[in-house]
Amino acid sequence: MSTLSLALRNLQRNRRRSLATLLALVIGGASILLFGGYVQNIVYGMQTGYVRGGGHLQLQHRDYFLFGSADPTAYGIADYAHVIDVVAHDPVLAPLLTVVTPSLEFGGIAGNFAAGVSRTIFASGIVVADRNAMLRWNDYGFPGTPRMLALTGSSADAAVIGMGVARVLRLCDALHLEHCPQPQAAAPATGAALPQDVALLTDRDSAAAAGTSTGADGEGARLELLAATVGGAPNVARLNVVKAEAQGVKEADDAYIELHLNQAQRLLYGPARPEVTAIALQLHHTAEIPAAMARLRQLIATTLSGYPLAAYDFETLNPYYGQTIGMFNAIFSFISLLIAAIVLFTVGNTMNAAVVERTVEIGTLRAMGVRRGGIRRLFVAEAVLLGVFGAVLGVLAALALAALINGSGLTWTPPGNVDPIHLHVRVWGEMRMLLGTAAGLLLVTVFSAWWPARRAARLQVVEALRHV
Amino acid sequence: MNTLTLTDVHKTYRLDKIDVPALCDINLNVRPQCFTVLSGTSGSGKTTLLNLIGCIDRPDRGEIMVAGQRVAALSDDALSDFRLRHIGFVFQNFNLLPVLTAYENVEYPLLLISTKPAARRKRVQELLSAVGLSRHAEHWPGQLSGGQRQRVAIARALATAPELVLADEPTANLDSHTGDAIIALMRTMQREYSATFVFSSHDPKVLLAADDAVQLKDGRIVSATRRRGAEGLSS
Repeated sequence: MSTLSLALRNLQRNRRRSLATLLALVIGGASILLFGGYVQNIVYGMQTGYVRGGGHLQLQHRDYFLFGSADPTAYGIADYAHVIDVVAHDPVLAPLLTVVTPSLEFGGIAGNFAAGVSRTIFASGIVVADRNAMLRWNDYGFPGTPRMLALTGSSADAAVIGMGVARVLRLCDALHLEHCPQPQAAAPATGAALPQDVALLTDRDSAAAAGTSTGADGEGARLELLAATVGGAPNVARLNVVKAEAQGVKEADDAYIELHLNQAQRLLYGPARPEVTAIALQLHHTAEIPAAMARLRQLIATTLSGYPLAAYDFETLNPYYGQTIGMFNAIFSFISLLIAAIVLFTVGNTMNAAVVERTVEIGTLRAMGVRRGGIRRLFVAEAVLLGVFGAVLGVLAALALAALINGSGLTWTPPGNVDPIHLHVRVWGEMRMLLGTAAGLLLVTVFSAWWPARRAARLQVVEALRHV
Repeated sequence: MNTLTLTDVHKTYRLDKIDVPALCDINLNVRPQCFTVLSGTSGSGKTTLLNLIGCIDRPDRGEIMVAGQRVAALSDDALSDFRLRHIGFVFQNFNLLPVLTAYENVEYPLLLISTKPAARRKRVQELLSAVGLSRHAEHWPGQLSGGQRQRVAIARALATAPELVLADEPTANLDSHTGDAIIALMRTMQREYSATFVFSSHDPKVLLAADDAVQLKDGRIVSATRRRGAEGLSS
């Protein structure tokens, strides 16, 4: 008769109470795991979004991250093709990489001169094929296939704009957009015609750049994008808007324009040697970031020492990611703490009741020669058994419920997302979370039994035997 | 050598800030392998004396020597170990562990002293057979009568072959017929296992069965009578 088997039998004495305690443990454990699985899915979802959109790492001019938004051309990467070549063919980095792609981000003014409206925007010039390749990254096995970019197969002067940009620039009708409200009283057009000098600029630019373009005065939605060139002079590109897409966040929706990298470079650099503001590196796995970052820093210090570069990971580039994780961690900790407190008091109450009920028995055992430590061990063993059963059943319950939820087809729209996604709870395979929760539950159970067990062990034998 | 010697033992309980003397000037030598009864009215100090002898309580003053060991100096753990190997207890309410079968109740003290399985099995079977409960070995305490439970308790008390077995009113919760049977059994077991039995009782039949009788009144020994045997019982 080992201490554990004796403890097991003692637990079976008052089955209803033991079951109620066990149920509290199971519900507590399963709740923590389900919420943790839900949070984990959000974190993986966000990470996937950022990695698909901007890669795991980016090489930038070392001052671009802090100062570049005001004057991107002053912080461009010159001879970026060479930098990409070095990175893509580096023997250490090459096996880790899926995509290396340049991009050019800048600010400007987009206008629909025919409607007499314009607004400030931020634009991103991208290599569409590379970006489509980046969209295939799916390290966490999210269901479905991501949509290819709307710029795919489009003409060189094509652009995709935010829904807000389309609305403000009165392009809704031209783009055949539904749910795109128009102002009740249209503002009078202040610039009915494109200024002659600007029109000349755009016509020449369009003619030079877009062999397949519908032309400056062709049908479809068009906008004029005005930006400062590297020399500080204004330049305008007339863009063919192929699609308006919701960006999820109103600020982005009202200001975002995506265009081909070549088009963006022509606008900003004209005949000068084009540069980019960032080179994005997408890795096979997020866990490879430290190794890739270390190698990049080596290259920056040696082979690429002539370039004023710095490497950033996606977490640094997107502080919202870390803030969101921090917020969810705080909520998760708070909920875990609440559940731990409930478990603590439930198990403590059960153990206290057991000590009171079994006071004479404790006295008998002590009289027979069981040491104080033996009595303590007996009650702690009961808590350990409760904790182990509770943790195992809690994990099983969480797995079953997670499977049920994941198979239910429920959807939700996370903040910043446009389309609803499947409600998915990641419990299976999350070994760290599973083991951590199980161990935590066991620890709390043992801790809550410690004081009742100590009290039982410290009972005076004579007093215990007299207990009625 | 005496199994048990008490010298100038005093014990006082404090109840609601009032000191209540429970035992005064107790001097007692208990002969080995004898059947000694502590008798007296309720409140005379029988149970207190048994508790001190059983090393489950400590005297305020005086010295207690059990099986050649001065117990006052022993730590709590050492006292537990000492009780386990040298003292067996039979309680008025049997105090069997309800989650263990009759067999397991007898086996439990042997597990505590890490007796090997084969020796353990042999000892338990022998004791259960001696108390006439071989066929009830797998019964739970709740499935046994009062007399049967007390038999199991006697077997359990003798499991580790202690020099001293203490019984506090062992027949108080039994009908007279069963009580007689239990006294007879204890007497037999005491002889068969050469143990020293000390128990409290105010049952005249128990007194008749005793080798020595010690009468207590108001916490003092008022008489110590040798009923059988050649050696003296001093007080």
